[in-house]
Amino acid sequence: MNAKEKAFRVLTVHRTSIILALILIVAAFLSPAFLSASNMLNVIRQVSITAIIGAGMTFVILTGGIDLSVGSVVGLAGAFSAGVLQTTDSVPLAVGIGLLTGLICGFINGFFIAKCGIPAFIATLAMMTLLRGCILVYTNGTPISVQSDIYKAVGKGSLAGIPVPIIILLFVYLAAYILLTHTAYGRTVYAIGGNREAARLSGISVVKNEWIVYIIIALLSSLAGIILTARLGTAAATAGEGYEMDAIASVIIGGTSLAGGQGFILPTVIGALILGVLDNILTLMNVNPFATNIVKGVVILIAVLADKKFKDLSAKVNQ
Amino acid sequence: MKRSKKLLALVLSAAMIAATAAGCSTGAATSTAESKAAESAAPAQSSNKQLVIGLSMNTQTNPFFVSVKEGAQKGAEELGAKLVVTDAQNDASTQMKDVENLITQKPDLIIIDPADSDAIVSAIQEANDAKIPVITIDRAAKGGEVVSHMGFNAIKAGGLEGQFIADTLKGKGNVVEIQGIMGTNVAQDRSKGFNDVIAKYPDIKKVATQSADFDRAKAMKVMENILQANKDIQAVYAANDEMALGCLEAIEAAGRTKDIVLVGNDCLDDTMKAIKEDKMKATINEPPYFLGKNAVQTAVKYLKGEKVEKSVILESTLVTKENVDSVKTRD
Repeated sequence: MNAKEKAFRVLTVHRTSIILALILIVAAFLSPAFLSASNMLNVIRQVSITAIIGAGMTFVILTGGIDLSVGSVVGLAGAFSAGVLQTTDSVPLAVGIGLLTGLICGFINGFFIAKCGIPAFIATLAMMTLLRGCILVYTNGTPISVQSDIYKAVGKGSLAGIPVPIIILLFVYLAAYILLTHTAYGRTVYAIGGNREAARLSGISVVKNEWIVYIIIALLSSLAGIILTARLGTAAATAGEGYEMDAIASVIIGGTSLAGGQGFILPTVIGALILGVLDNILTLMNVNPFATNIVKGVVILIAVLADKKFKDLSAKVNQ
Repeated sequence: MKRSKKLLALVLSAAMIAATAAGCSTGAATSTAESKAAESAAPAQSSNKQLVIGLSMNTQTNPFFVSVKEGAQKGAEELGAKLVVTDAQNDASTQMKDVENLITQKPDLIIIDPADSDAIVSAIQEANDAKIPVITIDRAAKGGEVVSHMGFNAIKAGGLEGQFIADTLKGKGNVVEIQGIMGTNVAQDRSKGFNDVIAKYPDIKKVATQSADFDRAKAMKVMENILQANKDIQAVYAANDEMALGCLEAIEAAGRTKDIVLVGNDCLDDTMKAIKEDKMKATINEPPYFLGKNAVQTAVKYLKGEKVEKSVILESTLVTKENVDSVKTRD
């Protein structure tokens, strides 16, 4: 392997990081407030919710599936959690119920997709609508407010200067990284997405392993729902709406293939950061709110295009 | 080719499921409202025929509009009318369908809270053709025959807030404006009212104008970013209370509650609490509950042959620490 090939290999692996670095440099020139430590922590804390869901979404997309119900799971877990907190005043119980909500939602999703063989797009779309309806019935459209300071600390507190959501984010990605790259289970995830039939023939229990993937993402979504509720101090009926798109965008910008079988977990967090930094810098610069969506769309397209160019170039070099 | 056909089938069936689900949720909302009104109406209904009123709401996920519905239900209950409620989920085309479904049920009158002032016109015309009188609330329609429109003056509300900020800052300081969904008249009018007043004070500088779609979570994020960029802010105007409360979370986290005059609009319970605790300075009381109740009362009045005002502007008042204890937002 010559030097050129080596350079391209590095580029391929780190292409998302390079795009983020470019955006960071431009942003730093555009606004003096951007590079401050407090703003950096601010951005990471803001993206932590999307990125945590994104970790689960990476697993799902690696198997060749999709989960559109994550936003509704975020909302439902938050609502149940806040509701339990309001009636019992017990933080562990509230967090437990929130996570249990995710577990059950994921179990149901997995049942329809892995067991019954319904396409993930349809099954999770139906669940998205169904769960949003459950939220409306449960909250009656009015937000449930959270009074407990211990509960709020999950979203607002910090340990040694680092906000709690960022610490949770680090743990989630550490666990996801180990699970995906250092365990037999991780290899089955890639195998199912790469070639389902081959995976089955080689003795992998496709149903069980795919089922688990949907439980993982719903659990992470409910965790995100608890963080969101704690940060806002309230669980609104609309909480989590549209989060599925941010999570999917983070995974795709992170370079994971929508077709499944190809991709990495860590670039997803970079993908989420790219989206978060865009939001941040556009507000810092006080860009006309009508125009921000245009700028966001254009930058995402450029990022994905640049990503494809990197991939094509490295494929050529490797030939 | 086979693949693309599969995809098409997928998308089509997805659309069908979504449509069915949406239909179900509207159906559920209708039936609960019906049964509630019917139960309580039973004793009142002795001599004449029970009036049936359709209420097409634009959304039921926003506390403001939930209160409108609750007020309307209470009004119907008191007057012994039957209320059929639909929820358009903030979508103009769903609302069109809702109104059509109401028309086929032949109610005596339809009250509409339009999701969109322009898009609702054809639905109102259909009701006109079916000889069913229409009352609009909150957002006025741009056409069609309506018996009466009642709502609040959003330009005035924005102006009251602008004046309050100008007076509190003594005509000098840096101000942030957080706007609502800028496709709606309410957001545009509140913004216009606010800016018309602020423009009169040359020493008040608008350091940031951003939209947060009337949403608490979005407002918190936007405010966090604005606080990072601007170390010197004296006042924040949020176009509704949900956003003001989101801003409050961000401002509190930054430890700048004492330096920033924060005002909202709508007089939610949480806002009143924040005003009592001195975390927020003002809001506008536009009680949605009474808007809903008034609409039903006016409808019944009209159906009994009494004269009703073509346009009713309900009073919006500034709420501060001085008068917060005497504010009435529901019965």
